[in-house]
Amino acid sequence: MLSPAFLSQLRKLLPPHCVLNEREDLLPFESDGLAAYRNTPDVVVLPENEAQVAAILKLCHAEKVAVVARGAGTGLSAGALPVDGAVLLVLAKLNRIKAVDPLARTAVVEPGVRNLAISEAVAAHGLYYAPDPSSQIACSIGGNVAENSGGVHCLKYGLTVHNILKLRAWTIDGQLLEIGNDSLDAAGYDLLALMTGSEGMLAVITEVTVKLLPRPERAQVVLAAFDDVAKAGAAVGNIIAAGVIPAGLEMMDRLAIQAAEAFVHAGYPLDCEALLLCEVDGVNEEVSADIYTVRAVLEASGAIEIRTAESEEQRLRFWAGRKAAFPAVGRLAPDYYCMDGTIPRGALPHVLKRISEMSAEYGLAVANVFHAGDGNLHPLILFDANTPGELHKAESFGGKILELCVEVGGTITGEHGVGLEKINQMCTQFSTPELVRFHDVKAAFDPDKLLNPGKAVPELHRCAEWGAMHVHGGQLPHPELPRF
Amino acid sequence: MLDTLIERIHAAHENHSPLIIQGGGSKTFYGGADEGEVLGTRKLTGVVDYQPKELVLTARAGTPLAEIEGLLAEQNQMLAFEPPHFGGPATLGGCIAAGLSGPRRPYAGAARDFVLGVRMIDGTGQPLRFGGQVIKNVAGYDVSRLMVGALGTLGLLTEVSLKVLPKPATEATLQFELDEAAAILKMNQWAGQPLPLSATSWHAGLLTVRLSGAASAVQAAQARLGGEALNDAAAFWQRLRDQATPFFDKRSPTSNQGLWRLAVKSTTPPLTVSNRLGGDAQWIEWGGAVRWLVSDRPAATLREAARTAGGHATLFRGDAPLDGAFTPLAPALATLHRNLKQRFDPRGIFNHGRLYPDF
Repeated sequence: MLSPAFLSQLRKLLPPHCVLNEREDLLPFESDGLAAYRNTPDVVVLPENEAQVAAILKLCHAEKVAVVARGAGTGLSAGALPVDGAVLLVLAKLNRIKAVDPLARTAVVEPGVRNLAISEAVAAHGLYYAPDPSSQIACSIGGNVAENSGGVHCLKYGLTVHNILKLRAWTIDGQLLEIGNDSLDAAGYDLLALMTGSEGMLAVITEVTVKLLPRPERAQVVLAAFDDVAKAGAAVGNIIAAGVIPAGLEMMDRLAIQAAEAFVHAGYPLDCEALLLCEVDGVNEEVSADIYTVRAVLEASGAIEIRTAESEEQRLRFWAGRKAAFPAVGRLAPDYYCMDGTIPRGALPHVLKRISEMSAEYGLAVANVFHAGDGNLHPLILFDANTPGELHKAESFGGKILELCVEVGGTITGEHGVGLEKINQMCTQFSTPELVRFHDVKAAFDPDKLLNPGKAVPELHRCAEWGAMHVHGGQLPHPELPRF
Repeated sequence: MLDTLIERIHAAHENHSPLIIQGGGSKTFYGGADEGEVLGTRKLTGVVDYQPKELVLTARAGTPLAEIEGLLAEQNQMLAFEPPHFGGPATLGGCIAAGLSGPRRPYAGAARDFVLGVRMIDGTGQPLRFGGQVIKNVAGYDVSRLMVGALGTLGLLTEVSLKVLPKPATEATLQFELDEAAAILKMNQWAGQPLPLSATSWHAGLLTVRLSGAASAVQAAQARLGGEALNDAAAFWQRLRDQATPFFDKRSPTSNQGLWRLAVKSTTPPLTVSNRLGGDAQWIEWGGAVRWLVSDRPAATLREAARTAGGHATLFRGDAPLDGAFTPLAPALATLHRNLKQRFDPRGIFNHGRLYPDF
C-alpha cells in the first residue's frame, strides 16, 4: 500500500482529475488485454505533459516507489498488469501528433497516439505508418515501441524497431534520454533497438519519431485452400523461394476457417484443412508479376482451390475472415487463450501435429491462426474459465506449446512480449548467464528495479524453483491435471 | 576454435590484459586507435545453417562476406543492406560489429535491421546467445542489435544469424544532371512515391538513381523518371559501397583533411560547411541522409553542422580528434554506455578506445 504522505505529494504534481485512487476509478485499469491476469492498482496517474511524467518519476525514485507504465492497455502478455505498491503511469493523455514532415516522411508523436491515427493523419500525403498490429485501431505507439509490435505486414515492412527513428524517454531518476535522431543512425550503441521491445523496464517514452512509407500503388490478395496443413506450410516456403516477399502471408487451420466463415461469411471454402491468404503490394507492374508467380507456385504446391481477389471489395472480404478470426473463435467457447510462439517455418507440420496431440491430452480444442510468412504462430486454446481448473489447464497447455517452439529453434514470443504471462518460459529459452546479462541491461538503466518490477525477465530464483518443479516427475506444477 | 577464444578471453579478463578483436582487417581505419594483443577470428569460419526458404543464414564470425554473398547468390538471394567490403577480406563478424551498410540501406534497411541473433563471448569469457533464427522474436532485450555497431566493445561475436532477401529480378540505373539542392529535393520527393528505388547518389552535379524489382516495374519507373541509363552500373554502386572511387581517397597528406561522414535528416538543404571546398569535395548518399565531406574544418564545426541538421558527424578516415572519431554522447547517454560496457566487459579488455576514448 502507498502511504498517504506519498499520495499527497503525488497530488501536488498533477491536477486533481489526473490522479485516481477511488476503487471504482481504478477497476478499469486492473488488467491489460490479457484479462486472465488482474490486480487493482493502488493509484493511477494520467499526466498531461512530459514535465509531469518527469516529475512523477523523480518523486517515485526519491521515495523508492515502483512505476508501471501503461499505454492503451491492449497488450496481450500482462506487461501492464498493476503491481502492488506501485504507481500505474497511464500515458494515454499524451496523445498529440506534434509534427508531420511529408517530404522527409516522418511524424513526431506522443506515446498515447493510436497506431492507426498516425496513418490516418498522413494519408492525405500518400503516406502511412507500416506496422499494423491487429489492435491498431486502439493500441498506442508508446506501447508499440515497448512491445516491438509487428502485424500482418511485418515480413515485408518490418516490426516497430525497423520503423522508428528517435525517442524521447525518461529514466526512473528523471533524466531525459534522447535516443536516435533525424538521420538514419546514431553515434554509440544502438539504444533505440535496446529500448524497442523493452516492455517498460528501462525508461518511460514520451515522444516517438516514426518513419512513414509511401502507400503502395496496388495491393492484391490470393486465397488458396489445401487438403493438408503440411502442404500449405510447404507452399509458404515455395512462394518465398520463388523470390516473392508477400506483404502479408497468413494461414488458418480447419477450426479457425470454420469459425471465421460462420462469423463473417467471407465465402471461404469449408472443405479444406488449411487456408492461405497471400497478399502482394507495390507498384502496379510488380504486383501483376508477383500475382502470376504466386498463383503458379500455389498450384504446383497442391492447392485444391485458388482464388484471386479481382476487386478491392473482394480483397477486403478475403481479409475479413482472417481479421475476425479471434472474435470468431471466441464464439466457440466462453474463453480462449492466445499463444504467440514463433518457429522456423519448416517445423510447422511437426509443431501443428504436436499441438493437436496435446489438444487431445488436455481435452481442450485449439484453433490455429498463423502469420505464416514470418513463422509466428497464434494457437487459440479454447476453455471455460468458469469450469474450475480449466484456466490453469489452458495456461499449462499454452506453456507447453511455447516450450515446443523453443525446442524446434523458435521463440516463446513473436510479438506479444513476455510480460508476466511468459516469464517462466524465459527460463526455458535462456540460460542463467544470459538472464544475468538481461538483468545487467536493466541495472544499467534502473539499478533499483523500480520500473515494471517482476516483468519480462525472471529472477534467477524463480527459474530455479520453476525448473525444479519441472524435473521432479511427480511434482509437476498443476497436480490436478490428468496426464496420459 | 571456440574453446581457444574462450580461454584467451578468460585469461585476458583474469590478467586485465587488453585485446584487439580483428576479423579480415578491412576496417582498421574505422574508429579510434585501440591497444592490446590481436584476437583474430579468421579461423572461426563456416556457414552453420542456410535455409533459403526460411530467409535465414547463420554463419561463424570469421566467415568471409564474399563467401556468404556467393552462397546467397546461388539461391538468387542477397544481404539486402549491401555491406561494404572496402576492398579487403571483410568478415561477417566485422561487418556486424562495425554495423555499416551500403547504398541500398535507406530503401531496404541497415545491417542492424537484418540481425536476428548472435552468439558471443563477453568480457569475462562467458559464451552467450541472444535472439535466434526466426524473423519475429521479442523475448528478452534486443542484445543482438545492441552488438551491431558496438565495434566489439561489448563482446566478441562468434556467430551471427541474418535475415536475407531475394535478389531483385532486374536493376536499372539512371543519371540526371542536377545541382545539389535540386537533387536533394528529388531524392526525397521520389522516396515518398511508390517507386522501386534501391539506391541514390549525388556528386559533382550528377544525381544517380538505382531502380530494382520486376522487369516491368523497373521499365515503367524508368519511363516515368527519364534520365540517362548508366552502363556498368553494378561497378558504379560497388565502387561507391567500397569507397573505391578517387573522391574517398583524395585527402591531401600534407593537410589535416579527413573524410567526414555527416548523417543528417534527408531533407537538409546543401550544407554551408561544404561550400568553401566546392561541390567536388562532397558526395551525397542515402536519399540525402548521408553527406560525405573531405574537409579540414575543425571537428567541432562539422559536428555542430550535423547536429543542427538532426544528426551526427563521424571522422571516417583520417586522424581522429581527441574526443574520438564519433560524436561525443550527451551525459545521460554516456552514463548508460559506461554502465553497459561495465556489465558486459567489466575489466575493459575489448577494443579499448575504438568507439570512445574513455572505454
